[in-house]
Amino acid sequence: MSSDQDHLRETDSEKRFEFKKEQNAAFAAEKGELDEETIRLISEDKDEPEWMLERRLRALRQFHAMPMPTDWPSQPDLSEVDVKEIVPYIRPDVDMRGSVDDWTELPDEIKDTFDKLGIPEAEKNALSGVGAQYESEVVYQNMQERWEEKGVIFCNMDKAVQDHPELVKEHFMTSCVPPSDNKFAALHGAIWSGGSFVYVPEGVTVEMPIQAYFRMNSEGMGQFEHTLIIAEENSEVHYIEGCSAPQYSKFNLHSGGVEVFVGENAHVQYSTVQNWSKNTYNLNTKRAICESEGTMEWISGSMGSKATMLYPSTILKGRGATDNHITIAFAGEGQDIDTGAKVYHNAPDTKSTIESKSISKDGGRTNYRGLIHISDGAENSSTSVECDALMFDNESTSDTMPYMEIEESKVDVAHEATVGKIGDEDVFYLQSRGLDDDDAKQMIVAGFIEPITEELPIEYAVELNRLIELEMEGSLG
Amino acid sequence: METIMGVTSQRVSDRTMARLELDDLHAEVAEGGEKILDGVDLEVQSGEIHALMGPNGSGKSTTAKVIAGHPAYEVTEGAVRIHLDEDEFDGVEIPDEMRTWDLLDLEPNERAALGVFLGFQYPAEIEGVTMVNFLRTALNAKLDEREELFEDDEGEAEEADEDAGYETSPMEGDVEEGEVGVAEFQEIMSEKMEQLDMDAEFAQRYLNAGFSGGEKKQNEVLQAAILEPSVAVLDEIDSGLDIDRLQDVSTGINALRDEQGAGILQITHYQRILDYVEPDHVHIMLDGKIAKSGDADLARKLEDEGYDWVREETYETA
Repeated sequence: MSSDQDHLRETDSEKRFEFKKEQNAAFAAEKGELDEETIRLISEDKDEPEWMLERRLRALRQFHAMPMPTDWPSQPDLSEVDVKEIVPYIRPDVDMRGSVDDWTELPDEIKDTFDKLGIPEAEKNALSGVGAQYESEVVYQNMQERWEEKGVIFCNMDKAVQDHPELVKEHFMTSCVPPSDNKFAALHGAIWSGGSFVYVPEGVTVEMPIQAYFRMNSEGMGQFEHTLIIAEENSEVHYIEGCSAPQYSKFNLHSGGVEVFVGENAHVQYSTVQNWSKNTYNLNTKRAICESEGTMEWISGSMGSKATMLYPSTILKGRGATDNHITIAFAGEGQDIDTGAKVYHNAPDTKSTIESKSISKDGGRTNYRGLIHISDGAENSSTSVECDALMFDNESTSDTMPYMEIEESKVDVAHEATVGKIGDEDVFYLQSRGLDDDDAKQMIVAGFIEPITEELPIEYAVELNRLIELEMEGSLG
Repeated sequence: METIMGVTSQRVSDRTMARLELDDLHAEVAEGGEKILDGVDLEVQSGEIHALMGPNGSGKSTTAKVIAGHPAYEVTEGAVRIHLDEDEFDGVEIPDEMRTWDLLDLEPNERAALGVFLGFQYPAEIEGVTMVNFLRTALNAKLDEREELFEDDEGEAEEADEDAGYETSPMEGDVEEGEVGVAEFQEIMSEKMEQLDMDAEFAQRYLNAGFSGGEKKQNEVLQAAILEPSVAVLDEIDSGLDIDRLQDVSTGINALRDEQGAGILQITHYQRILDYVEPDHVHIMLDGKIAKSGDADLARKLEDEGYDWVREETYETA
């Protein structure tokens, strides 16, 4: 505990987020029009089977056919996103196919990068597997043997395509997030690379959280990792994804895809703390399908980025399925963080709760955009939505757009929203006890998000709090 | 300027003895400019208990807030000073030229570091911040700030770190040199809570969130006990208290003085609390200034006769 916190303190300085490594990329797709040839090149480099190439090409056609989304009310400005400008695929100059499973095998340069992100510390603390994405390849993965004995699979998504084709073929961008879902899902389907594959067999509980830490580290590159989690009947797993990106002079695009299959009476928790550099467009599609009596939990901390559009969604497909969403967003100067949650109640006795907290400062904007859909026949379903926004000053903005589509009459719907400015009296109270102005505000913010941080493992709670402190000190660019 | 000096206070603990001085203090509401204080003169010495009484709107709470540095008020004239009577402050050496501080030049947290405490009439509720976390952070912030204020040259501050000698164990984690660690702090806190007859579970509750009126007031006294001020200004600490809690709170206030040697400036409307916390001095405030000062008998007279006679006396002589 102690050494972990010391380590975080040592590594949480400004430079931690500004370093950038010289990269000798072994392969980089040429900048230019995203065409079939590029896609074939990516697929070929990965030695992919024909069916995956087909899926990529179909997604590419859908991407070109779909218009850029511009018609959502008050949506973030995406006019600067130009896919042509992004080198979509770079892999680090590591001699590897598949993964390295021993820390010492990694090149020093990469170890150094991870050191700054605190990865080895998490490893030392025996938080079971750590999968870390460096550039677009998973170069380091580790998994405890006892999981393997139970039949749990945790590997690089590219590796899963090779080793577990049947599972991937059935679940990869089919019923959960088809490429047709939105333009960036289609783009993702065409050029996805890396990410994690998690399979938990029937009746198996994975006791410790499975972790993956992603980051981008090359100017002008996109990150399109795909995460596929399959939790069979009566299984249980907690997956944690963390992102941190260094600063760049040009814009970056992150467009990840996450698909989660929650089997009957299974329980999946997906936690993420994201911290993209302030020029990143963070446009993700994350969705779960939840069978009867299953439980899906989304916990998201959205920090950083120039603009984020992220609405993890859950389809409550089976009777008695449950969804819980906990989200936190922070927007500083020049940031537009548009996040929320979507839940489709498609069966009776389904239940959802959404708790959203957002903080805006120095002219930043947060928006909660959510949808609750309760289908005709989904009787005795209940939903509760609570959105709280905290603004630091009069220049900052916070909006709430909670859409509800209720087709069934026998349901229980609760909605509550609060928007407030940080209270001068509260700040003065804490100051009168010895805290300076900044510390007082930080303490109020830490308290505001406490319901969320208390759900996170300690390392991530510390990380999230430190990130917010750094944001508030203005030391992150 | 009328000077009210107390009986010679006996030094009962390591607390720094200090004198808080309000000198011809004029203040108005920052927004709108409504004049509230019209020349307040008052001195409170560590170890003394003062009661500040007066009708609603006479400026008592404003006085308290201005002392602590509330941003809603603007001081237009006069001064608020603290004089430190010692050459040492919790192990930090105080150079002669740093004995007197003009509080109006300082931030609220710097005033706190110099030993000023304000017990709020309406304490803020801070969700999500546990009492124990808040108070340990506040105590350490205060110690840090104190060091910074007296930091004449770098050498002294470092020395002070060691002198403070707070013990920390490797189990406590997040402890920097000179800070009070988690385990040590929890001990301090439980002891103070016991003295105030507060439930141990308070330590883990969020700061004032969902506290009853009485619990909040008890909590103000607890905070004073932990932060160990030289002078505590308590704004209507007795309002909204039932008789049992009034006794607990009074015991706590008396301990601040008797065990820690703090000076107390107690703002109240009622004689009731003064039966438990016997004041050395009683001041009556009228229209933004101290109209009359006396001993405990003055408060008893107010209880019987109200403020009219004071008003008459004040404006006759004026």
